[in-house]
Amino acid sequence: MADQPVDLKVESIATYYGLSQILFDVSFSVGPGEVVALVGRNGVGKTTTMRSIAGLTPPRAGKVIWNGRDMKGVPPHQVCRAGIGYVPEDRRIFPDLTVWENLDVVWRPADSKWTEERIFDIFPDLAKLRDRNGGYLSGGQQQMLTIARTLMTDPKLLLLDEPTEGLAPLAVERMVDRIGVLKAEGLAMVLAEQSTDMILALSDRMHVMEKGQIRATLTPEEVRADETLLTRYLML
Amino acid sequence: MFGAIQFLNGLSHGLSLFLVAAGLSIIFGVLRVLNFAHGGFYMLGGYVAYEVVRRIGMEHGLFWVAVIVAGLVLALVAAGIERFMLRQLYNRDQIYQLLFTFALVLLIGDVVRIFWSTTALSVSFPPELRGAQNLGFTIYPRYRLFLCVVGVVAAVGLWLLFQRTRWGRIIRAATQDREMLSSLGVNVPMVYLAVFAGGGALAGISGALAAPALALRGGMDAEIIVECFIVVIIGGLGSLWGAFIGALLIGQLRAIGITFVPEWEIVLIYLLMIVVLVFRPWGLFGKKQAGS
Ligand SMILES: Nc1ncnc2c1ncn2[C@@H]1O[C@H](COP(=O)(O)OP(=O)(O)OP(=O)(O)O)[C@@H](O)[C@H]1O
Ligand SMILES: [Mg+2]
Repeated sequence: MADQPVDLKVESIATYYGLSQILFDVSFSVGPGEVVALVGRNGVGKTTTMRSIAGLTPPRAGKVIWNGRDMKGVPPHQVCRAGIGYVPEDRRIFPDLTVWENLDVVWRPADSKWTEERIFDIFPDLAKLRDRNGGYLSGGQQQMLTIARTLMTDPKLLLLDEPTEGLAPLAVERMVDRIGVLKAEGLAMVLAEQSTDMILALSDRMHVMEKGQIRATLTPEEVRADETLLTRYLML
Repeated sequence: MFGAIQFLNGLSHGLSLFLVAAGLSIIFGVLRVLNFAHGGFYMLGGYVAYEVVRRIGMEHGLFWVAVIVAGLVLALVAAGIERFMLRQLYNRDQIYQLLFTFALVLLIGDVVRIFWSTTALSVSFPPELRGAQNLGFTIYPRYRLFLCVVGVVAAVGLWLLFQRTRWGRIIRAATQDREMLSSLGVNVPMVYLAVFAGGGALAGISGALAAPALALRGGMDAEIIVECFIVVIIGGLGSLWGAFIGALLIGQLRAIGITFVPEWEIVLIYLLMIVVLVFRPWGLFGKKQAGS
């Protein structure tokens, strides 16, 4: 995976829902193997940033450049095929499809390095549930399935939106552990979270968002050195 | 007496109805568009078959050529409509899609009037299916038996398509969350096109197969679409299984009505629809929509 190009540049994007502007001048970048976190409270625009990159809510101004290509006007399925995998926050599995059917319906490149077996190696819980309908899985299992499903498309960059939201503490721990495995494999990620604990362990950089803007960019070292730093930003 | 013949009449009517209603229901499930013009596709299928038969005859299996041509023509017509017109309307309010398909109803009606005039036309039974078949317990028209077989084969075929093929699974996923599916690399606009064309083909084939059994005339589109709406209201919009059960129910109810209360047959059907609407507005097999 290391030889795959990973070069995302988000340049001053402005994104709207209808008439209301949600993102203001958001810029950041992701390189090979990097995990970049978007931190911020409810409604600051983390999801909107991801949707802007995924082509679901295209920005009205600014640019998303992926490996040198301007992604303006590229439809979501082409964004996926270009190597950007979006894992939404609300676990949108296909509830009436079984676990393996959920994995089967996605687009897959001919040379995908992800097989069902490899997916089940990383998420062994899913192997036992292979023939169960997605709608009958627990929250944690559904969250694993959303990630697994996107992995099947062989992304070079994963947009992970609040993967631990609404999970029981044990499931959160397990999820953080699995994301760690993906990071260790060299998968680049943009990771949105409200809480800071899991992000500290995983991310290379943190962008603190507030009212649709990036207010500060911190490294885990800076945050560890000053425990009140991130809290201060999050309380702004 | 309500006997074997009446039951078979209901069955063949129900199974034929299923073919048309299934397309309407699947199109709604995926595109979320209630296609008023589906009856028009059916009618056009009948006229296309008539036209082909008029030109090449129907001996030596040529009727089946007419049926296939009708299916292909309607698949193309539907594909063109989706690609160049309907597609522009998905981002608009649903009312625009409804108005558009309603405009299509009028358009197709006019096309039929212009090309085939307003007098009723008929297609004779294909030679290999003329006459009656002795079933042991009763004698029954071959062509209607054949319609039963087609309906069953189509139902099984559609079931296999949806459960056993990747294409079918993708269509099911599209009914559940299209935005997510597109983010997973699936070309959802292509799925829409294929589903609309496939529904059109089903309607066209149904119309062609119905042509020998009834007279072709403008207005047959309205009749079939009303029946289809009732089928999907009873069965549940978007559910294939619902369309199947709904169509069989309507078929039997009509047969019972014609036998016992001939003037009131349609009232029985409306009554059933009203009961379903009051007690299970999402239909017998439909999914209760969140927030409705
Ligand atoms: N579909 C929509 N239409 C209009 N406004 C929206 C829509 N979705 C989100 N918003 C608004 O956009 C703003 C940013 O929302 P967004 O979902 O990006 O925040 P978030 O940081 O992901 O929040 P959370 O932590 O709750 O997921 C919020 O004020 C929200 O109310
Ligand atoms: Mg969010």
